[in-house]
Order: sequence, then structure tokens, then C-alpha cells
Amino acid sequence: MSLLTHTPIPERTPPEAQAMKIQRRQTRRLKLFEPALVQMATVRSFAMLDPRNMARNPVMFLVEVGWVLTSIIAVGSITAGAAASTIVYQIALAILLLLTVLFANFAEALAEARGKAQAQSLRATRQDTIARRIEPSGESVEVSSTELRTGDRVVVEAGQVIPADGEIIEGLASVDESAITGESAPVIREAGGDRSGVTGGTRVLSDRIILEVTAGPGESFLDRMIALVEGASRQKTPNEIALTIILAAFSIIFLIVTAALYPMALYHGIRLDIPTLIALLVCLIPTTIGALLAAIGIAGMDRALAANLIAKSGKAVEVAGDVDTLLLDKTGTITLGNRRATLFMPMGGLPERELARMAAIASLADTTPEGKSIIELARHSFELDLMAPDGSRFIEFTAQTRMSGVDLPDGSRIRKGAPDTMTEMVRSRGGRIPDAYQETVDAIASKGATPLTVTSGDDIVGIIKLEDILKPGIRERFARLRQMGLRVVMVTGDNPLTARSIAQEAGVDDFIAQATPEAKLAYIRKEQAGGKLVAMMGDGTNDAPALAQADIGVAMNSGTQAAKEAGNMVDLDSDPTKLIEVVEIGKQLLMTRGALTTFSIANDLAKYFAVIPAMFVDFKALASLRALDLMGLATSGGAQSAILSAVIFNAIIIPMLIPIALKGVTYRPVGASALLRRNLLYFGLGGVIAPFLGIKAIDVLIDLVL
Amino acid sequence: MFRELIPSLRACAVTFLACAGIYPAAVWGLAALFFPVEASGSLLIRKDRSVVGSALVAQKFESDRYFCPRPSACDYKADAASGSNLGPHNPDLRKAVAERAEKLKATPERPAPVDLVTASGSGLDPEITVEAAEFQAFRVASARGIVVERVRELIRKMTDHSGAVLGAPARVNVLQLNLALDGEVLSPR
Amino acid sequence: MDWSFFHPFWAIGVPMALSIPLGRLMARLLDPPAERVGRGVDAVPMFLVRLFGHREPAAMDWRRYAIALLAFNASLFVLSFAILWAQNLLPLNPDGKGPLTALGYKDAAGVQHDGADTAVIFNTVCSFVTNTNLQHYSGEQHLSYFSQLGGILWLQFVTPACGLAVMLAVIRGLRGDKHLGDFYLDTARGVVLVLIPLSTVLALALVANGVPMTFDGAVKARTLEGAEQTIAVGPVAAEVAIKQLGTNGGGFFGPNSAHPLENPTPWSNILEVIAIILVPMASIVMFGRMIRDRAHAAVVYGVMTALLVAGASIAIWSELHPSPAAEGLPVATGTNMEGKEVRTGAVAAATWSAITTATSNGSVNAMHDSFQPIGGLVPMSLMMLNVDFSGIGAGFLNMLMYVITAVFLAGLMVGRTPEYLGKKIEAKEVKLAMLAILIHPLLICGGTALFAGTAWGPATVANPGPHGFSEILYEFTSASANNGSGFEGLADNNPYWNVATGVVLLLGRFPALVLPVAIAGFLSHKKRVPPSTGTLRTDDLTFGAMLLGTVLLVGALSFMPAVVLGPIADHLSTAATNP
Repeated sequence: MSLLTHTPIPERTPPEAQAMKIQRRQTRRLKLFEPALVQMATVRSFAMLDPRNMARNPVMFLVEVGWVLTSIIAVGSITAGAAASTIVYQIALAILLLLTVLFANFAEALAEARGKAQAQSLRATRQDTIARRIEPSGESVEVSSTELRTGDRVVVEAGQVIPADGEIIEGLASVDESAITGESAPVIREAGGDRSGVTGGTRVLSDRIILEVTAGPGESFLDRMIALVEGASRQKTPNEIALTIILAAFSIIFLIVTAALYPMALYHGIRLDIPTLIALLVCLIPTTIGALLAAIGIAGMDRALAANLIAKSGKAVEVAGDVDTLLLDKTGTITLGNRRATLFMPMGGLPERELARMAAIASLADTTPEGKSIIELARHSFELDLMAPDGSRFIEFTAQTRMSGVDLPDGSRIRKGAPDTMTEMVRSRGGRIPDAYQETVDAIASKGATPLTVTSGDDIVGIIKLEDILKPGIRERFARLRQMGLRVVMVTGDNPLTARSIAQEAGVDDFIAQATPEAKLAYIRKEQAGGKLVAMMGDGTNDAPALAQADIGVAMNSGTQAAKEAGNMVDLDSDPTKLIEVVEIGKQLLMTRGALTTFSIANDLAKYFAVIPAMFVDFKALASLRALDLMGLATSGGAQSAILSAVIFNAIIIPMLIPIALKGVTYRPVGASALLRRNLLYFGLGGVIAPFLGIKAIDVLIDLVL
Repeated sequence: MFRELIPSLRACAVTFLACAGIYPAAVWGLAALFFPVEASGSLLIRKDRSVVGSALVAQKFESDRYFCPRPSACDYKADAASGSNLGPHNPDLRKAVAERAEKLKATPERPAPVDLVTASGSGLDPEITVEAAEFQAFRVASARGIVVERVRELIRKMTDHSGAVLGAPARVNVLQLNLALDGEVLSPR
Repeated sequence: MDWSFFHPFWAIGVPMALSIPLGRLMARLLDPPAERVGRGVDAVPMFLVRLFGHREPAAMDWRRYAIALLAFNASLFVLSFAILWAQNLLPLNPDGKGPLTALGYKDAAGVQHDGADTAVIFNTVCSFVTNTNLQHYSGEQHLSYFSQLGGILWLQFVTPACGLAVMLAVIRGLRGDKHLGDFYLDTARGVVLVLIPLSTVLALALVANGVPMTFDGAVKARTLEGAEQTIAVGPVAAEVAIKQLGTNGGGFFGPNSAHPLENPTPWSNILEVIAIILVPMASIVMFGRMIRDRAHAAVVYGVMTALLVAGASIAIWSELHPSPAAEGLPVATGTNMEGKEVRTGAVAAATWSAITTATSNGSVNAMHDSFQPIGGLVPMSLMMLNVDFSGIGAGFLNMLMYVITAVFLAGLMVGRTPEYLGKKIEAKEVKLAMLAILIHPLLICGGTALFAGTAWGPATVANPGPHGFSEILYEFTSASANNGSGFEGLADNNPYWNVATGVVLLLGRFPALVLPVAIAGFLSHKKRVPPSTGTLRTDDLTFGAMLLGTVLLVGALSFMPAVVLGPIADHLSTAATNP
């Protein structure tokens, strides 16, 4: 069952694995303004001036229209032989408006380019390999991997690259997936079961497998993700649409305000300059967020990709921020791998060392993590040199006997197994059951640990205590999640008693014990009925319904095709703790949007104080409005320099905020109110104050230059 | 929409009866019962049953023998009341204030009280501040040939302090003060 | 001792204190649990609704609720139009008032036109159907008693009840009720259980203070100096009570509550000013009770109160300055008394001006046109924001649109899809909320631009310079905010003004009622998301600050240019001419 399977990652101790992962991501992380990308984005920002493209973004489209109008007016002024200062002003304005649009395009293009580069490094691995396709006749033919279609069967042998995403239908192989996950340790993939999925571009290290191709060229998850980050198939997410509506509404309000200003000024006998009105409009409409909105969305996908997550849509990343309930598998997420032996409890006067020796020898052929941990504990505690004597016969665990062990050449029969099985056996054979035995078994079980009974001959000689070991730092991690407002639910195959104990120790909010796929599905439905959004991770075919039901279903890359199809994200690392990152990426995406919108609108106050007095100071009727020139712009350098300063600020704030848009606003799990206070202070109040300083500084610079 | 028209028309009829019929009739009946004088307009009526005016409505006084009320933008027409609606920077207002101050023979040493140079909101403000009454006391006393102290005494007697706790200034009802000057003390009836 | 500075504490503090019990009572009376419908006092509105033709309370969805609202208002429009149009043929006309259509007007070229101005009826009906009470006529001069009662008083009861009904429906939607209620029953409850009882008490208190209540015609008086004076009286008290209580504002007399027969004493003044804001305040308390989230309602209430206190403070500060008109003249230093009454004085007038425009009442006890420029800016700004308690029901709905906007932005800033009262705010709701917010600046800026830029405006203003512009701006602001107060110097009784403001009145009212009902309808079907620590709180100071900031920023950004060209320029011009 899927709950008990897990990736081989826990073989390595977590801190090491973590360090490796970070290192790998950093090698893939690009510098913010990577020269090659900047160049690419610059070229693209001009191509994006196409009005059909700009119309997608109402705010920037308005700026483009303003630019065209101003340019026409400037040309008109030149042909009409207007004063040189007027012409210079109008041309400067036209250039600045063009720059504003270009900066916006640049931000989007740069985000796209980064995503593309990110994706490219993944895609590089899967270019055109040779595949051996099995024809219906049974022969195998060499074809290019690009010719493979869904349903084709290919054979891959040791040393070959897997040509496409697929599912193993025959055989077992160790596969090097480092090309996509960065993990150097090979993983085992086999037909049937839940580890049958393989990814194109990975390499088979040993054995031979036959796989059925599940994604034709350009259809794989990776391809879809690449298309998303490249913007080719990017659609606005619902939240982006709602925000666009707000931005459009603000733009309309400002359009009304500026359009009304002309006739209003007529009342005072003043004919306002049209280019100046356009400048005012462009300053007021939320160009900052309008310019960066697309980039923020792409950057969110990009961050997901950098975390080795492939999202099937931008919406999936966004919804992740809303998740209320997290279903986490106990094993590998909350606890280290499987249970480990932590104590030998000899009975009937046997020395502890002897019990350890017996248990360890009985476990020598046992490849389960539990078995290995018994040997490890014995070695560590008693420095035993464990060698099975020649002629030993190992008894493997079977479903019928439900015990394993060894028959030594000296005739001793050592067995270990679950207490109830063992007790029954001992009893039926009339062996000795020590007095304290049953109490000890119960005591261990009630603490959430698992007792393993060891017998020698027909007698019970001791108990091994197997315990779940929590991953280091997991409690703190859960505390952080709770601060974020998430409920963590532990999913485990254990009995309720054990589950409760571990749940308490780990500090999760709830648990599903003896979890079956149906139980998981039911739990998700129950949570959703209460209005909650649920995220879970899974890998097995029988996880598919739950993955599909969950609002965020993250399928492990090592999982089955069915699981991957059902989920809306695929984790290339197959790392069960990835859900936490998913949530943070989603939250960061929304926060960045909200913060920059607030900043953009808060900026307008200062722009009014720059532009409005400048518009009127030269007219006698309203010259008294000079008193509103708080920044002293018009006084120092004249009305036109004041207006230009505001427009320049409005333009250059876009590239200045690209880093925030691409990296995202820092998310801190401090609770919603504290987060809001923080962002209101930085982006709300900061947004009111910053432009006063910025516009004044630019004005001083202009005055110095001119 | 049309289906809704029938109940809406019936609702109109019923609410009309309740709001424009029963409610005002009830208020009218209760008012007539408990406050008959106030309900008919706080009228001041002479012995010959002719109406001098309403205690609550200013009337025009031009003679120096009487205290004058606040300036009126509607010439004290109690069936077409209005304020001046002049803005504070309107030159017309400045002109009007200057004229009124001059007519009151105000000097920098003896400046006119503000309420005597500004038009009231209704044009029917029945009251003036105590300062405005004091300001006129000498003029009225001279015109009547009586000692100013008697006029001042009358002002003190007629000063209305009601509503002081609400921030209302001490004030004098001009019509009633003038009636008192004439020795004809009428209360609303 | 000068107590005048205590006035605002009475005027704001007393209604605040009363609003809490009244709000609770309103929640109980207007939204009774199912088993109490039609029982006890609820039997009275239930009886009326049976007369309307409903056997049982209807379970209306948002569409039907909106349609019922519009149908009822359309009927009100037609019937009140007929009453005003035919006033010379109807009874209760002791002074023999002629037809309202006979009012003459001056056109833009200054030519006098006599008679046949149906536009004034259109304007008046728009004005009263929209709970605005902008008056381009003058009550005591142009209306018969029948028109005052049938055309005015009736609408003054039912239109605030409509606002209250819509508010109830919207709250039910936010609460997640299956249906929004029965529009007719809600309206009847508002009239019978809230407005008529309160009005009766207030009307009698006003009569005791000297407000007339008579059906006799105008009184002919022979003044002390022997002149003739005609004193208009009438059924004033009944109308003034509901005028104040129902955020109506349309007075019996032209100068409204500045008129000594409409507001005779300091005591009547305090009663009337309390009555302005009592029900709007209580309705927010009722909101908190109904959604069972008193803390959130307290935040909304707090934001509104903060705006009101700030507005009143600025207005008082401004009006305590002596008029610039008296500068250098032999006039004693004092407050700005032009257009104010002695019994109220500057502080009470300024306080009233803030309260009457914070709510969409619009009654006045002094002439706003003669206020200092900043003193006039305060009522204008409060109407531009239009969310500060505002009209009964309507004010809450306006604020709700800002709450949704603030929730959306704040929600994003905490990294979640925004939720309000556990309901997700998505594109559909945002679209309607923004539309509702957008209409207000469109009507104000558009209307002002149209009249300022053409001859229609300049020809009708009473004051020169920026103050004239302020008159135009104030008129459109008041119309769009459904307030009804005015810079009354404006000669606005001509077909241009009547038609333009009439249309603005309708567009300022009905979208602002229907759009929130639609939003509530959508939200009622959404699943309620239980709150967690990651959920944006809407019941703490941080959200209060966010909401206040949103309201102020949107308001400032929408109206700053217009305000600069009017009151600000007016204010600064003083500084220039009077150093």
C-alpha cells in the first residue's frame, strides 16, 4: 500500500539531503539580471509593444495609447513651429511614456526568460535520444525519441537514457534521476506497484525495463510547465482576473478624473495642456502593479519550478496559498523512515548483550529498515561482531507465519515477530512466557512504540522496542505551519493508539490512523464540506482519487502515472515535506500582488502634489495653488520639470521593483494580522512617502542637468 | 417585473395611508391636545385678537426706538425665508457687512457685534446675542428718551440662557424685547 | 462659561450611546427568528403585508428582491409625480398654492421663462424617491399641505425603509441565509416598527419646543411697526421628525432647520441633530448583531465615527474663524456668523454640517454656502466619501463596497484568496463592488465637468471665483451622494439643473442598492470558510486602519483635483488677497 512505501531518500540522513538539495537549487538559480536574459528580455519588450498584446493588460494599454497621443501632439507641435521648450517637453514626455511601457514589457519578458532558462536546463536532458520502440510484431526498432507517441512501448537497458515519460510494464531497474532531481543516489523503479513511473531524460543504471510511453513529445508535465513559464499557454488565474478588474476600475476612475479636469479648468478660464493631462493620467493609473502583474505570476511558477515542483497550472500554485489542511504521511515526513529499534529488553534472566546478539543475527537477512536498525543498535550498544555461522538457515517473513528468524547450525531457533503471533506460537508449543512479558508489551504499545518479541527455541527471551523517530525540527516546522493558519493531519497505517502517541509527540492537529485510501478520501471530503482547502501528497495508484479530490494534490515523481495524472502538481524530488514549500510559494505569490498594488495606489498621493500645482502655477487665476507644491518642485525648476519628475519616477519605479516582483515579498509565518501590519507599513505607508522623496530627488537632478 | 407591480401598487396605497394619513393625523391630534399654542406657531396676539407675529419669527424693525434684529436676506418675509448664500470671499458680502457696520455707526473702538452685520441663515432669526442688544441699548434709550440703565435692565430680564449646557449663547428675543419696551408683554397663545 | 465646545460631545455622544440599545432592538424587530414572524408587534407589519397581497412572507432570492425594490420605487415615482403635478387640484391647500409646473426660471442667457417647468417635478420626485431631498423648490412657497404630506412625507418614510430593507437582505446574504427575506415585509417593518414610533415621539417633542403642527393656512400678522407679515405655518413637526430620522433632509421651509419654526430652540436643535444620525448608527449595531460578529461591526462603526469626528473637528475649527468679509472693518471679532442662527452658533452649525453630510441626511441648520472654504469642504468631502454612516441602509452598503475592496487588497497581503465573513471574494464580487464605487466619481466629476465647462454652470452660480465652482461641485456631490444639502446660492431651478441632477440622483441611488444585493446573493451561496490564524481578521484595529486608509485614499484620489479647483483654491485665494 502506498502509505507504507516510500522513496529511498531517507537512506541518507536528512540534513545532508537538505544541504544537497539547496546546493543543487542554487546552481540552477539564476542571477536576477543575468546578462543573457536581460538582453533577450530587452529585445522582447519591443516586440511586445504590439497593441494586440498590450490589450491583455488594460493599465499598460492605456499608457501606450497615451504615448501614441503624446507623440502625435509632439509631431503636431513641431510642424506648427511651436516654442522649442514646448517641443522638448512633449518629446521628453513621449519618450518617458514609451519607456514606461517598455519597462513593463521588460519585467514580463525577464520573468518569462528566467522561467524559460530554468525550464531549459531541465529540458536539455531530454533532447532527442535514441529509443528502441517495440513494434507490434515484437521486434524493436530504433527511432528518435521525438517520434514516440502515447502508448508506444520501448525497451531501455542499463546505461541508456529513458526517452520519454512512461510507466514500467515489465522489469525492474535502478535509475539515476539526478538529471531532474539532482539526487545522485539511484532509485529503484519496477513494474506493478507504486514505483513504476519513470521520467524522460533519466538514465537506467542496471537491468532492463520495458515501459509504456505515457506522454508524447510536448505533452509531458515538464513540457506543460515549460509552456506555462514561457507564457505560451499562460492564462490569467481567477485571482489575477479579480485584481485586474480592480486595476481597470482604478484606471477608469483616473481617466474620468483627468478627463473632467479639462472642462473644470475651463470654468477658471484655463485651457490645460493635453500632454500634461496625459502625463497626469499615466502617473495616476496603477502602472507599477499593472507592469509587474504578469511578471509576478510567472515568477511564482518559476519559484515552484526552482523548488522542483511542476505545477499543471498557475492556478494550482495560487490556490496553494489558501490551503487550510495539510495531509502528511507519517513515514518519511514526520518520522525518519520506518521504526527503529531503540531498546533490547531481555527477559527470564538473559543478559541484554545476549538478546542483542540473538536479535541481530536473526535480522541479518532482513532487508527491511526495521531489521537493519536492530543490527545497527546491537552494533552500537555492544560492539558486536555479527557473523552468521556457516550453515545458518534464514527464515523469511511470510504472510502465513508472520515471523522471521534464523536456524543456527547449533540447533537454536531464533524467531522474532509481532507479540500476538509469537505468544500464540509459544503457548501452543508449551514454551515459557516470562511473568512481566504481557505487561511490558502493553506498556510499549501504549506509548506508541512497537514491541517485537524474540524467542529462542520455544521460549520468549525478550522484547525489542521499535520506535518511530521524529525528524529533527519537525515540531518547530509544524508550529510554523500553525502560525500560517494550517492544520496538519498525519496519515499513518498505524493503529490509533500508536498514531495518537506519535501525533502528540510531533504536535500535529489530527491524524488518520490505519489509513486506507478510502479513509483519506473521506477525510478530504469532510474537510472540504467544512469549507476548507486540502493539500496532500501521494504516489500510489490508489492515492489517485484522493489526489484528485484534494484541492492541491502533489504527486511524487516516483509515483504511478495515475497518481501524477490525478494531482495538480508533480514533485520531482518526491519529497514528502514539499507540501510546506508549496504553501509558502502560493502565499508569497498573492502577497506580492497585494503589496505592490497597495504600493502603486499609495504612490498617487505624492504624484498629485507634484503634478496638480505644476499644472496651474503658470495661470494667474489659480496661481495661489502654488501653496500645494509641498515638494517645492515648480518653484525650483518650473512646472514642466515637476511634471517630468513625476513621470520619470513613475517609469523607473517599475524596473526598481522587478527584484521584489521576481523574488516575491518575504513571507513570515507570524499570523495574518501581523503580516498585514507589516505589509501595510512597508508598502502602504512606504508607498505614500517614497514618491515624495523620489520625485524630489529626480527634480533636483533634472535641475542640476538642465 | 410586471408581476411585482400589483403588490407594489397595493403597498403604495397602504403605506400612503399609514405615513401620510394616520401618522400626521395622530401627531396633529396629540399636538393640539398637549401643545395647542406651539402647534399653531407660537403666535403673539394682541387684546384685539390681531396677530403681532410669532415669538419665533423675526420681523422688520427700522425705527431707532426699537431693537433691530439680525439682517435678513429675504427682508423678513416669513413666507419666503432664505439666507444670503454669499461666500466668505464674495465682494458683495464684504460690501454688505461694511454698509451694515456703517449704519450701526460702528467704529474700531466700538465694533459692531458679528451677528448684527451678518445675515442669518433663515433671514428670520428672532434673536440677537446679548452683546448685540447691549450695543443697541444706548440708541434705543436715546430715541425713547429714557435712561439707558432701564433698557439694560430690561435686556437682562429678557435674556434667555436656555440651552447653555448645549453650547447655545445667551440671547434676547428681539420682538419680545421690543414689546416689553412698549410695555406690552404678550406671551404666545 | 462657554459650553459651546461641549456641543459636539452631545451631538455625537448621545446618539452613540442610544444606538446600541436601538440597534439591538432593531435586530430583534426587523429580523425576528422564524417562530416569531407575525407574532407580537410583528403582527402589525404582517397585517400590512397581507393588505399588499402577500399571504405569507415571500422567500426572495436576490433577483426577486431587487425587482421588488425597483417595482415599488417605480410605483412611488409615478404616484408622487402625479400628486405633485396635480397639487392645485387636490385638497389641503389653504394658501391656494398653484401648480408646481408654474415655477419660472432664468435660462443660461439670463432670460426669464415663466411656467411650464415640468422638470422641477421630475427633479423633486427623483430627489424624494432616492431618499435624497435635494430641493429645487422652496417648501413654504411652492407646496400645498397635501403635497407636503402626500408627496414628501410619505416618501420620507418609505424610502429610508427601502434602504433598511435592502440592508437587511444584504446582511442575510452575507450571513449565508438561504433566501434574502421578503422586501415588502422588511419595508413594512421598517416603517411601522422603527420609523413611525420614533417620529411620533420626536414630532411631539418638537411641537413642545415650538415647531408648528397645524392644518391652518399662513398667518397674517400686523407687526409692531405696523407692517404686514405673512407667517407660513403648517403640519411642520410631523414632517421635520421623519426628515431628521429617515436621513431625508427635505425641510418644510426653504431654509430647512435654520428656519426658527423648523428648529426653534437649542433643545430642538440637539434633538434634531441626534435624530439625524441615530438610526444610521443603530443600523451598524444591528448589522453586528445579525451577523453575530460584533467585533467586526465595531470596527466598521469605529471607522465611521473616526471619519465623523475628524470632519466635525475640521468644520468647527474652520467656522470659529471670523469671516474674511469683516476683516479690517469695525466689526467685533467673532465666529463666521453669515448664514447662521444665533441660537445655534458656529459650533453647533459646523457639527450639524458634518453630521448631516456624513449621513446622507442633508438637512441644514445654517447655510453651507456661506461657510468658510474649508468649512464647506468638510460636508463636501464627507459626501464624496459617502460611507460615513450615510443613508439608512445605503450607507452601510456603500461602506460594504469599500470593505470588499479593502478585504481583497488586505487578503492578498496576507497571502490568501481574500475572504469576507468566511466567504471568498472573487472576480464577480470585485467587479460589482468596483462598479458601485466607480459610479460615484463618475457622476460627480462628470456632472461638474459638464456644467463647469459649459454656460449652464457659470450662469447659475451666485458667488464669483472658485466659490462658484464649489457651488456646482457641491450640487453634483450632494445629488450623487443622495444627500440633499446644497450651496443654496446656486440658481438650480431650471430645466438643465433639474434634469441633470435628477438623473444623477437616480444613478446615485439604485445601482448602489442593487449591486450589493447581487453581491450578497452570490456570497450567500458560497461555502463558509472557517477562520484560522492565516485568515485575515476583519475585527481588529489593523483592519480598521486598512479600511480607513482605503476609504480616504480612494476618496482623495478620486476627488482631489475637483476639490483643489473649488474649496482649496477658494481657501488659498484668501491667503493671497488678505495677507
